[in-house]
Amino acid sequence: MGDLKLPPIDYGALAPMLILFGVACVGVLLEVIIPRKSRNWVQLSFTLLGVVAALTVLVINRNTRIVTIGGAIAIDGPTVFLQGSILVLGAVSLFLIGERQVEAGGAFVAQAAVVVGSDKDNRQAGGQPGLTEVYPLTAFALGGMLMFVAANDLLTMFVALEVFSLPLYLMCALARRRRLLSQEAALKYFLLGSYASAFFLFGVALLYGFSGGVQLSVVHDAVANPQRSQLLLYGGLGLVAIGLLFKSALAPFHVWTPDVYQGAPTPITAFMAACTKVAAFGALLRVLYVAFEGVRWDFQPVLGTVAVLTMFIGAILAVTQTDMKRLLAYSSIANAGYLMVGVLALNPDGLSSTMFYLVAYGFSVLAAFAIVSLVRDSDGEATHLSRWAGIGRKSPLLAGLFTLILLAFAGIPLTSGFTAKFAVFGAAIDGGQTWLVIFGVITSMLIAFPYLRVVVLMWLSEPGETTPAVSIPGFLTSAALGLGVIVTVALGVVPAPLIDLTREASQFVR
Amino acid sequence: MKEFPFLSVLTLLPLVGAIAVACIPRAKAELAKLVALIWSLVVLVLSIVMWVTYTVDSSDRFQFYESYRWIPSWNASFTFAADGIALVMLMLIAVLFPVVILASWNDVDQTKRSAPTYFALLLAFEFTMIGVFAAADVFLFYVFFEIMLIPMYFIIGSFGSGQKQYAAVKFFLYSLVGGLFMLAAVIGLWVVGGHTFDFAALVEAGKSLDTNTARWLFLGFFVAFAIKAPFFPFHTWLPDSGGAAPAGAAALLVGVMDKVGTFGIIRYCLPLFPEASRWFAPAALVIAVIGIIYAALLAVGQNDLKRLVSYTSIAHFGFIGIGIFAFTTQGGTGSVLYMVNHGLATGLLFIVVGMFVARRGSALVSDFGGAGKLVPVLAGVFFFAGLASLALPGTAPFVSEFLVLIGTFTTHQPYAVIATAGIILAAAYVLWMIQRTTQGTLNPALDEVPAMKQDLSLREKFVVAPLIALLLVLGFYPKPVTDVINPAVQATLQDVGTQDPVPTVADGKAGR
Repeated sequence: MGDLKLPPIDYGALAPMLILFGVACVGVLLEVIIPRKSRNWVQLSFTLLGVVAALTVLVINRNTRIVTIGGAIAIDGPTVFLQGSILVLGAVSLFLIGERQVEAGGAFVAQAAVVVGSDKDNRQAGGQPGLTEVYPLTAFALGGMLMFVAANDLLTMFVALEVFSLPLYLMCALARRRRLLSQEAALKYFLLGSYASAFFLFGVALLYGFSGGVQLSVVHDAVANPQRSQLLLYGGLGLVAIGLLFKSALAPFHVWTPDVYQGAPTPITAFMAACTKVAAFGALLRVLYVAFEGVRWDFQPVLGTVAVLTMFIGAILAVTQTDMKRLLAYSSIANAGYLMVGVLALNPDGLSSTMFYLVAYGFSVLAAFAIVSLVRDSDGEATHLSRWAGIGRKSPLLAGLFTLILLAFAGIPLTSGFTAKFAVFGAAIDGGQTWLVIFGVITSMLIAFPYLRVVVLMWLSEPGETTPAVSIPGFLTSAALGLGVIVTVALGVVPAPLIDLTREASQFVR
Repeated sequence: MKEFPFLSVLTLLPLVGAIAVACIPRAKAELAKLVALIWSLVVLVLSIVMWVTYTVDSSDRFQFYESYRWIPSWNASFTFAADGIALVMLMLIAVLFPVVILASWNDVDQTKRSAPTYFALLLAFEFTMIGVFAAADVFLFYVFFEIMLIPMYFIIGSFGSGQKQYAAVKFFLYSLVGGLFMLAAVIGLWVVGGHTFDFAALVEAGKSLDTNTARWLFLGFFVAFAIKAPFFPFHTWLPDSGGAAPAGAAALLVGVMDKVGTFGIIRYCLPLFPEASRWFAPAALVIAVIGIIYAALLAVGQNDLKRLVSYTSIAHFGFIGIGIFAFTTQGGTGSVLYMVNHGLATGLLFIVVGMFVARRGSALVSDFGGAGKLVPVLAGVFFFAGLASLALPGTAPFVSEFLVLIGTFTTHQPYAVIATAGIILAAAYVLWMIQRTTQGTLNPALDEVPAMKQDLSLREKFVVAPLIALLLVLGFYPKPVTDVINPAVQATLQDVGTQDPVPTVADGKAGR
């Protein structure tokens, strides 16, 4: 038996992930050490500090282009860009998670294990300070996402998938109010997510059988020069894709989205809608562009059908929703479809436009959920659409901002939604996928209707007796909301800097 | 003076005004109105200076050219430029807005809505309108084309009457559907046209386009413009919107906004896709002619004054349509002139109808009757506006309708003949409308409404006087306007590649 040889490790390139995992572990310790009273702000500032540190290291190392730890992690343009996006969006999500002023004690349950409906549960809903375990969990999730978009072999990708999914399953169950809904959401997400992971793992096994390795470059070479049965390749590709499509909420693997989005605490919903999407599409881009570029003619029509189906399901079912969070969930499904249009362009523009879309959508959706968390009555958030009637009369500023966000979702010019849509559609036509753009345009018309209905409801309906008052946002929510809105407008009016950035970053290493 | 950045200043000025007016507190409604009025007059003065600076017989097709960097990686830029067609439309906007603001003076007062918001929305609408006509970059044009929905949507939805929510949503969705078709075409054009949005470069690229691609792209643009114009069968949103919108806003809706449709066809469809334009011309002529007859017939049967006027506009847009697709200089010049004159005449008609509706509290024809006995001056203005709208000689629309018809007659006789029947229907609906509202015996119910006994106030006289004057002056002496339009139309037809037929050889096939 020879000596065990460790592969060379570039710690500098891995630093952002290591920092976040470190922060998460220390955060768990802090739970024990810090007294309950000051735990929230200590944890919040510690986690934020970690994110900022990770981002700083990432910016310093932004020109790194390397495959390290024995080919498990690839740091290249897309990795750096996507990791940066995840960190920035994650920091803004942390603002929402840290908010404690809008609702006494915050959006999270004080003790997760309390029986729903018991006296103890009612007491905790009354205003006991919420869980602070949520911060280390967020840090773990963020670290996992960074790893997910950097994973250069399928096993690392699987590990990263689990690392960021498990905390998310937990966090979904932590809502202070409507606990049953929240727990149901967590269970649903966990069960379906586990299936998806299992499919992914099985797919990895088949691909290993096909190519004799799990590294994306090995798979790529095997695809170019197949030695084994093609059945293994297509089976593996299909199963791996199922795992990724599930995380990206693409039809027909989207069914968890509305329930989970509705049941999870709103800050976590925002976190999932913004950051998980970046991570999932980041991995999807890498797998399709790096490993399976050679069989594009085979998967393009299949995934194209998936994209069309997703856009239609998202757009049509959004019309029928009566709950704001579910409406936004279906809107996010439709947006996943548009992202897929960009992914399927399979050219450098497709890569850069998808990355642009992810950032643009992430900020808008964070602002949208920040607003949802502000419209509330004595029972918590008033998410039923009928409760939003006439809110423009009562709080014009909030309704105005939400209108702007909805117009961005509808893709009206001078908002980021338009620029992003334009970018992905342009890339898709350039890549010869005109049919996808045609369906994209048709569904854009359909989904404009539910957005418009909300605008009508807010501005053109008379406020009813039950129209809830809008909470005065705390500093943290204001910051998240303000950032989301500013970026939404900025990317609509002056998108050039970010477009250039995504273009410079659109080169994978293999 | 040529170096002065006229178009960008003209575009941004109303936006600044809109923001300023929106910041005025709700209690100071009078101040908001005054600021809005003065602001729109400043825009008018600037555009008059621009008109004077414009050199008619210049070799540059586009004057006041300005270009600023925007999104270099897509080759999209803030490029503004105006040819004669855009220039006269900009003048029309600049004239109509102060008039409408003055006409809308008291519209908001009864509704308990915020007056500063209303007037800010009007100025915001002016910003988008000027932008859409001044843009010379396809991407920029598209941006303005889409965002102009937003102020009008809120004007109809928040300040309208009747089924305002339904009308506002219908308006928005129809326009958005058209806009998204155009979006697909714009992206397609960008890809096949060499990744640029520059108008001149795209016109060059358009000459070597694959026939099928060009036809599809033409269709994307055309559908968007046909919905906006509105041409049959995409017209059903206009009567609802025109009926629900406040009268002043309705005047802007048909007077200015709908012109974006026909303007777009002339400016974008024809030069960018010449072959496709010629190929689609017969179909376009057919729907235009159907629009003339069908909308005129429907107008005869309307009982709601605002809806009636909306239907008359649909018929008039049919005339503009046949003038464009006749592909003759006379027809094209007539169409552009018609766009201006229709804005003045129908704008006046809507404003006068608005004055009636404000007094009576109802827009139904059957609620009037013999109103001329109570308000003779207002009834007289109504009569004049009606006659101008049906293109009586001596009023400006006559000149344009005449040009359109002879322009069409030289190349497409049957269409011209059928369209002429539309003129007879126009006389029917206008005269019948006037007869049922202002003539005959006085409706006793009308006598009991105190407001119906107030004839035109000084403010209202200031509203109608400039429009009447312009309609008469341009009716007798249209040369200053036609001189500006003519070279631009000729340049456009040159892009399309059609020539005016020699008068003696009218074989009905020119334009193929």
